[in-house]
Amino acid sequence: MSTKTKKQELVVNIENQEAPKVLSGSGMLIEALAKENVEVIFGYPGGAILPTYDEIYKTGIRHILARHEQGAIHAAEGYARVSGKPGVCVVTSGPGATNVVTGIADAMIDSLPLVVITGQVAKTVIGTDAFQEADMLGITMPITKHNFQVRSVEEFPRIIKEAFHIATTGRPGPVLIDLPKDVSQDSGLFDYSGDVNLPGYQPTVIPNRQQIRKLAEAVTQAKKPVILAGAGILHAKASEYLYEYVEQQQIPVVNTLLGLGNFPGNHELHLGMAGMHGTYAANMALHEADLLINIGARFDDRLTGKLDFFAPNATIAHIDVDPAEIGKNIETQIPVVGDAKEALKMLIAEQGEQADHADWKASLQLKKTDFPLWYKQEDETIKPQHLIEKIYQKTKGEAIVTTDVGQHQMWSAQFYKFDKPNRWVTSGGLGTMGFGFPAAIGAQIAEPQSTVVSIIGDAGFQMTLQEMSILQELNLPVKIVIVNNASLGMVRQWQQLFHGERYSNSLFPIQPDFVKLAEAYSIKAMKVEELKDMESAIEEMLAHDGPVLMDCRVAQEENVYPMICPGKGHHEMEGIRP
Amino acid sequence: MKRTISTLVNNSSGVLNRITGLFARRHYNIESITVGVTENPSVSRMTFVVVVDTMNNIEQVLKQLHKQVDVLKVKDITDESIIARELALIKIVAFPEQRGEIAALVNTFRAQTIDIGRESMTLQVVGDHEKVEALIDLLRPYGIKELARTGETALSRSSKKVLADPNRLSLIN
Repeated sequence: MSTKTKKQELVVNIENQEAPKVLSGSGMLIEALAKENVEVIFGYPGGAILPTYDEIYKTGIRHILARHEQGAIHAAEGYARVSGKPGVCVVTSGPGATNVVTGIADAMIDSLPLVVITGQVAKTVIGTDAFQEADMLGITMPITKHNFQVRSVEEFPRIIKEAFHIATTGRPGPVLIDLPKDVSQDSGLFDYSGDVNLPGYQPTVIPNRQQIRKLAEAVTQAKKPVILAGAGILHAKASEYLYEYVEQQQIPVVNTLLGLGNFPGNHELHLGMAGMHGTYAANMALHEADLLINIGARFDDRLTGKLDFFAPNATIAHIDVDPAEIGKNIETQIPVVGDAKEALKMLIAEQGEQADHADWKASLQLKKTDFPLWYKQEDETIKPQHLIEKIYQKTKGEAIVTTDVGQHQMWSAQFYKFDKPNRWVTSGGLGTMGFGFPAAIGAQIAEPQSTVVSIIGDAGFQMTLQEMSILQELNLPVKIVIVNNASLGMVRQWQQLFHGERYSNSLFPIQPDFVKLAEAYSIKAMKVEELKDMESAIEEMLAHDGPVLMDCRVAQEENVYPMICPGKGHHEMEGIRP
Repeated sequence: MKRTISTLVNNSSGVLNRITGLFARRHYNIESITVGVTENPSVSRMTFVVVVDTMNNIEQVLKQLHKQVDVLKVKDITDESIIARELALIKIVAFPEQRGEIAALVNTFRAQTIDIGRESMTLQVVGDHEKVEALIDLLRPYGIKELARTGETALSRSSKKVLADPNRLSLIN
């Protein structure tokens, strides 16, 4: 460090001088959260984390009490996805901690920034199989971006600082801090002034100019370029740069499931989502392209289909802030390590004359109009696609939509057109049932003024429905739409197609009365069984200023189409026509 | 194919677990692993020998290692000019009349006799993987009672001459 910067630092330090305070570990945590501008904690108390909860009580920091730790962590994920800020989740040791494992894994694979604080038994009894002890460091090592166990109160401020830094920079992800009870009670000097010093963690944000040039050149030469726009664009807050670049170069865009909303869904150059249940136009664009520019997507197998058939004619360019994603599944000719925003900025500046690919654009446009997403509304039975299309129209495409995994998720991705970033909250990589509803709670807390619609299946809802308590308690106006086909829809579809229609344990002959359930939580509820009632019910739901549950009975046998069956390529889609 | 990877990591508890866990869950096959502290007490060097099918696999191994916060530096040193050594302790059946003959073997391999029992001898050999293998092979007819061997540990030579394609692994190294 030069003398000059040292001097500058000294001045800054004197100006911001704050006498280091002596605090307990729990006090340090609360103080550090304030310094990190954390406005809300999602959590659930218990023995080992009690000192921290005592501090929450004393300082009055906003805390959302879930009714199950899984609810707390999915809410933190929803909050992180919509706000772009790290979600903070605090739970106790043992079962409290193991109950957040699913959410941590979900956040890891979908790159959501979380800071999870788990209580731990006192250091003196760690390793003795003490009451409510679980090895959270060991359990979460493979599903966190990084994790810590606080061994002494002196190192706690540094650890919190590092945790927030790691969770939010580079490729975002969950970071866990395991906090032994005695450490949370010990006292030490709270000094939060130092810089983060992690020599082993230096994400590359600014891409290599030479690689950008190479990519720009490839774009100029390409006859059939296509952009695959992933969630990395959302994490990097790069949507407007993507728009600018696409407008500049007139390159068609396909989205990944998680990338929906990073480019306007109604734009002429937007071909829809690619992958297993993507549009014909999007998948054929990937199949026929001579240049595929992947920005912030990880070539997930649900997107690529069988790798042997993936983009067979294309030069692959891949922009990703995580170098390990480049070349992991697909061999890449033009690798660009860096932040999507920086890369797009550089590309816009670097890119010269726009190449003419009018024929290519026209041929894709034709595919888009000739093979649109479809469904048949034949009788009074509600078609789930119709339901979602109507919700899209009635919310004018402006709602935040959250889902679980399965048929309702795919139909939402297909029939709700996202024009803006961070309106779409779904469990993509892990495919977590029970995610959508608590995630909607987190989303609503992040954006109290927005309409939040949780479109979920009847099965997934039953995994975390106890969180209706939060809606009741805080009067959060989340709209719950149960796409109720009394089955595990996607499981049933696969059993129909690939297991000789043997519906092994995928049908629910007996359903709870969801309306009564909602009413038990003092939530307005309605049941919709016929098409003629659907539209007015949606209107009524949206007009009500509190939470509403709409139990919508839909056609049980409906399948998600079009589809790339397992082992097939993009060009082998089935069900592209009614 | 076998690749030797040299890694500098933070010398803190749990790091070895982190690294081996990463290998296990991504189905990378570790042949050997050695760890020891370096000239800097807060840094340890880990040397792995991994078996992979393609160079793309090894690139993925390196990138995943590089992603770990506790990993300071990672390098595939297989194609570089390196010094690589492993150590084996071999206890064999040896009656007094065989000792002279074994001693000759030991000399040729620049190994050492470090213990002699009534009906056994324990030898120590240091060298590259092939040398250690060769000695063990030679000793096998006598009857190996017990065998303990370390993994390979390695350093680049002082005079560096890189044989590897400089364009490869350019993403992280």
